[in-house]
Amino acid sequence: MNPEEVNSKSNSRRDFLKGIATVGAGVAGLSYSAAYAGAENILSEDRFGALVDTTLCVGCRHCEWACAKAHKMPVPEIESFNNRKVFQEFRRPSNSSLTVVNEFENPKNRLIPINVKQQCMHCDRPACVSACIVGAFSKTAKGPVVWDSDKCIGCRYCMVACPFQVPTFDYEKAIQPMIYKCDFCAERQKGGDIPACVDICPVEAITFGPRSELIREARNRIKRKPEVYLDYIYGEYEAGGTSWLYLASKIFTEIGFPKLSQKAAPGVSESIQHGIFAYFIPPASLYALLGGLMWMSKMKKEIDTEISKEIEEEERIEKIHRIDMEGKNE
Amino acid sequence: MNNLTLNQISHNSHLPSQVKFKFFTPGVIILCLFALNGLVFLAGRFLFGIGSVTNLNNFYPWGLWIGVDVAAGVALAAGGFTSAALGHVMHKDEYHSIVRPALLTALLGYTFVACGVFVDIGRYYYIWHPLVMWNGNSALFEVGICVMIYLTVLYIEFLPLVTERFMGRVKMWGFLKIFNPILEFFLRLTDKTINKVMFIFIIAGVVLSTLHQSSLGTLMVIAGDKMHPLWQTPVLPLLFLVSAISVGFPMVIFESILASRSFKLAPEMHVLSKLGSMVGPILGIYLAFKLGDMFIRETFVYLKELTFPAIMFYSEMIIGVIVPLIMFLNKKVLQSSKLLFTASSLVIFGVLLNRINNFITAYKPPYAKVAYYPSIGELSVTIGFVAMLVLFYRACVMIFPVITQNHNHVEIAKTKSKVIL
Repeated sequence: MNPEEVNSKSNSRRDFLKGIATVGAGVAGLSYSAAYAGAENILSEDRFGALVDTTLCVGCRHCEWACAKAHKMPVPEIESFNNRKVFQEFRRPSNSSLTVVNEFENPKNRLIPINVKQQCMHCDRPACVSACIVGAFSKTAKGPVVWDSDKCIGCRYCMVACPFQVPTFDYEKAIQPMIYKCDFCAERQKGGDIPACVDICPVEAITFGPRSELIREARNRIKRKPEVYLDYIYGEYEAGGTSWLYLASKIFTEIGFPKLSQKAAPGVSESIQHGIFAYFIPPASLYALLGGLMWMSKMKKEIDTEISKEIEEEERIEKIHRIDMEGKNE
Repeated sequence: MNNLTLNQISHNSHLPSQVKFKFFTPGVIILCLFALNGLVFLAGRFLFGIGSVTNLNNFYPWGLWIGVDVAAGVALAAGGFTSAALGHVMHKDEYHSIVRPALLTALLGYTFVACGVFVDIGRYYYIWHPLVMWNGNSALFEVGICVMIYLTVLYIEFLPLVTERFMGRVKMWGFLKIFNPILEFFLRLTDKTINKVMFIFIIAGVVLSTLHQSSLGTLMVIAGDKMHPLWQTPVLPLLFLVSAISVGFPMVIFESILASRSFKLAPEMHVLSKLGSMVGPILGIYLAFKLGDMFIRETFVYLKELTFPAIMFYSEMIIGVIVPLIMFLNKKVLQSSKLLFTASSLVIFGVLLNRINNFITAYKPPYAKVAYYPSIGELSVTIGFVAMLVLFYRACVMIFPVITQNHNHVEIAKTKSKVIL
């Protein structure tokens, strides 16, 4: 705004106030839907989970094969999965394998190694769901955290946010790169089936069922064989609790799990976001404050210029007087 | 305004006018080469995917492009909203000569931030999705929306420069001639209406900036323990906002001195030293918050040993905050264009390093086998973008009335440059 060009004072002042009112109304209109979208917590009491008993897993990796089959991914013959050489390298879930089994040394019995299946943990309060710029991730009431390819813009913020470092991305694809992660066979579950990995497991290392019952079952197992199990259910409270739960005989950080606090990953960032935006009151107040400041400083400037004009006028009159007086004196 | 007043304005030494200077110099040609090199790697990214030119992987999904092109880019474009607040909201007329250069920097800066986002996201053709698919919980959503709106606001704020320059002078050649009256009509319409509503956009610009500058800090909060405790703190949004405000004026000073050197004009020391005098206190506030946060969370324990993060933290704080803070509080520094330029450069370096540290140094994901470092391709694209920004800036100040040139000063500068030569 060029101050030299203010045509009529009263007019511009009215415009000014009108403008602020319009923006305020617009902002207030926005706030309702935004706040509504943020406040959803739809977890079902009898949501499903899966309990992995790492003391039972034999590392046959049939779950990897079944998972790939269920998600229509290219996969070699099931026999090739018996090759235990892959265990020499620690692997993470990837674009080609949404779940992987790793092998760790067993301090209690060197002949029987510990095998650990890993995949998305399906957090109760997932960081990816909170972080995703377009809401492409969602936590379904029954447990699975699913990703919607139609929304995703490929920003990879989910990967920055995930405390378990699970989602992976197609770095080699120029068009329509995907985000990959276990979806807990959400489609199969809808049809009444159990997840493919649970279905195929020959030693029943994975138990599928309502999460609350799984926790009870896990506690029973620990009570029955305290010499085998650590008295700890990984996932019960990690990152605010996860749908997938683990039992083990060896400290979890030594078998590929990150040490996490009980706080849900999105907790702090969401309270900051909601604090800054609290029904758009803080930004709207800032807008009003700045508007007030701008108006006041403008008024002040107008008064200043008026005063300086008055002073000029007075000086002019005085000068004329002086000249007059001098003329008379002569 | 009619032609007559326009002509008068271009002769008035206290109003901005377009710089008359040759575009190509050896420096400009070098910049063109850097820009071209960046474009070559960009072509690779769009043909063969992000992985073909970057060192990003499933553990390090964000790298140089997000840390520098986007996060540091937004911070360094903060001169736009700080000078708008000073010149327009507070009506401090003595700063009017810096408002337009700062506006142009912000406009180009944010345009390249948008370009940075465009090349970094995997599905660039879905960049409009956040407009219709909302997630109010996501800090990134807020940053995205605010940046989109603010970029629009910046272009609206730039419109008066377009009308001032081209109204009554629309002369397109050939068959485009028929569009001349239409364009002229729209320019006049814009000119008539824009000044009455401009204050809405100016205030909106300041509000939007405070919002997304801080939310940019919220971005990494959700990474939790994956971020080094020296940087991971719930007050990150506050630190980001204050550091962005603190780098606003140094950036204006930096480019003003650089532009006057490049175009052989005398630096506007009377405005710049006044601007500089405001930087010290803001840096002081930033330092207080940063140290306060460090003592409350007791993160100084990580500074005892000279690990890589500790060294980066020390450099950011000492070279980028404490040294320039002392410099800006010194009257001698404020009156010397060389020292003022040095102090401003240090603040810019400090904020740049802070953003790199927050997004790259501090980020320690689980399971990563090797630490991330930027590839030649990533560096080329980032440098290319910076080169393009400078080239666009040079072109814009030659086309539009951005820089206030005091003609008396020009004469002085000319004689001075002769003496130096």
